Amino acid sequence: MMMQRQFGEAMLEVKNISLSFGGVKALTDISFDILEGEIRAIIGPNGAGKSSVLNVISGFYHPQEGEVWFRGKKRMGLKPHEVAKQGIARTFQNIALFKGMSTLDNLMTGRITHMKTNLFWQMLWKGPAEREEIEHREKVERIIDFLEIQSIRKTPVGRLPYGLQKRVELGRALAADSKLLLLDEPMAGMNLEEKEDMSRFILDVNDEFGTTIALIEHDMGVVMDLSDRVVVLDYGRKLADGTPDAVRSDQSVIDAYLGVSHD
Amino acid sequence: MFYRESGDFKTSYAADQQTFPIRFDRWAIGLVCAFAFLVMPFLINDYWEKSVLLPFLVWAMAALGLNILTGYCGQVSLGTGGFMAVGAYASYKLTTSFPELNLFIVILLSGGVTATVGILFGLPSLRIKGFYLAVATLAAQFFLVWLFNKVPWFYNYSASGMITAPERTMLGIAISGPNSPPWATYLFCLVIVVFFAVIAKNLTRGRIGRSWMAIRDMDIAAEIIGVAPLKAKLSAFAISSFYIGVSGAMFFMVYLGAAEPTEAFGIDKSFLVLFMIIIGGLGSIFGSFVGAAFMTLMPVLFKNIMVGGLGWPTDLVSHIIFMLIGGLIMFFLIVEPHGLAQLWRVTKEKLRLWPFPH
Repeated sequence: MMMQRQFGEAMLEVKNISLSFGGVKALTDISFDILEGEIRAIIGPNGAGKSSVLNVISGFYHPQEGEVWFRGKKRMGLKPHEVAKQGIARTFQNIALFKGMSTLDNLMTGRITHMKTNLFWQMLWKGPAEREEIEHREKVERIIDFLEIQSIRKTPVGRLPYGLQKRVELGRALAADSKLLLLDEPMAGMNLEEKEDMSRFILDVNDEFGTTIALIEHDMGVVMDLSDRVVVLDYGRKLADGTPDAVRSDQSVIDAYLGVSHD
Repeated sequence: MFYRESGDFKTSYAADQQTFPIRFDRWAIGLVCAFAFLVMPFLINDYWEKSVLLPFLVWAMAALGLNILTGYCGQVSLGTGGFMAVGAYASYKLTTSFPELNLFIVILLSGGVTATVGILFGLPSLRIKGFYLAVATLAAQFFLVWLFNKVPWFYNYSASGMITAPERTMLGIAISGPNSPPWATYLFCLVIVVFFAVIAKNLTRGRIGRSWMAIRDMDIAAEIIGVAPLKAKLSAFAISSFYIGVSGAMFFMVYLGAAEPTEAFGIDKSFLVLFMIIIGGLGSIFGSFVGAAFMTLMPVLFKNIMVGGLGWPTDLVSHIIFMLIGGLIMFFLIVEPHGLAQLWRVTKEKLRLWPFPH
């Protein structure tokens, strides 16, 4: 019997957001919350609006209606890099690594919001810039150990196989040391073994660093095992919201996935 | 022994992230610098100064600048010639308005003026990318050259429309003007180029350099990780233009001595510098030097071999050189599309492990 996990207050609240592109309604009146410390899954058939929700949270899209509250404060039209400064990191559905840079540099870039030395010291290098670099290098090396990617530290990420690239991308998001981690299909295109590894990493991140995680995933087995609560979207509307078991037995969810006609 | 990594153990992050992590590299670069600073000034003569060393230094500086913008930050620019002209005219106006001003300061200030102009013409980069940005910077090229031709204030109302570098001294030795000794002009440029190459290296390996490369490799992911695109792109434009402005000022004050914008800073110069960094290696400080050396020294070498060695007529040789250089560019780009710096990097990787394949 699994222990009941305890969560804190709502870290992120999405309140009645509607998003449309011209005449196309991507999201209609969506509300849900993400509690501190939980793993929250967002699922739904293709085109349901899952990625749009993530893009709203990370500041790429600005909904026409509704509000996003992060850690008790209402967020107003922030740009993605300002969202990052607030402590939200994410990975992408298609790998979006910096291909020309080494694994180490990719992870170091993840720490960019924490690095402060100004242009002058950067030019000089010796002194504050070097000290800061070493300080952040130590943090990054801890993540490299955690993800077991020591051997590819200096390899340009463009040369790495797909599974490792996914892992480096997770590492880059972890390096940001964020409060909330958004994972857009972290296991897409992976084989069983890689999926098991990735699931283990996600659970460990949640466990060891206490990071709150929201993830989109198509593999229902993974979703049901990992997540504490699940939001189900279909055609830009929220169908269901609750524990994996509750969602699994919800008639509207079953209909959406099996494709029952809507009338 | 030669190039080896084995046995060169690092025990601290500081040692691991130094500029030249491999001992052999440190020795080699030290020797090259020692030779350039301590031996070359005694060997130099007028020919070496005017046709080999000064052009190499001036174009290496311009290539460094463009490489920061295009190679590191991924913003293609065809305005290099125009920005060099800004540097040249800024140094001319500064040194004729304030004759007492030290030439170093004049050249640094000219870089500063160019940086400001660069930021202005960098603003479109926030909206447009790739080839479209290249076309926008092309506008800068033509506009700036036109401006310096049209507004007499820039050339102090001289009848010919040309600008001429007055004689300026440092420590009693002429650096600009017709009476400057070769070793002095050479050392002056060498100090500037080496100094700014070190700064470029420091900038590109730290936070700012990573924010540029992040924008270059994947701008959306860069933004999501916390890189502000406005700051990253405009800082790249500013610093790149500073370098190009300094190179333009050196080009005019120290090397040319007299200049006319259409000819000295035309679109062909923009392409020349772009070719340098493509052949040398985008996103590599070393590559900027190799590219500049390739494009400035190869023609001199061929000319010496064919005219001096084989005794062929000069006009024939100059045509052959065009074809040869063109052919070589194609050859190198087919062998290694990422430039000579990458070729060198691959060789080093092989040498590190030689004679073992893995």
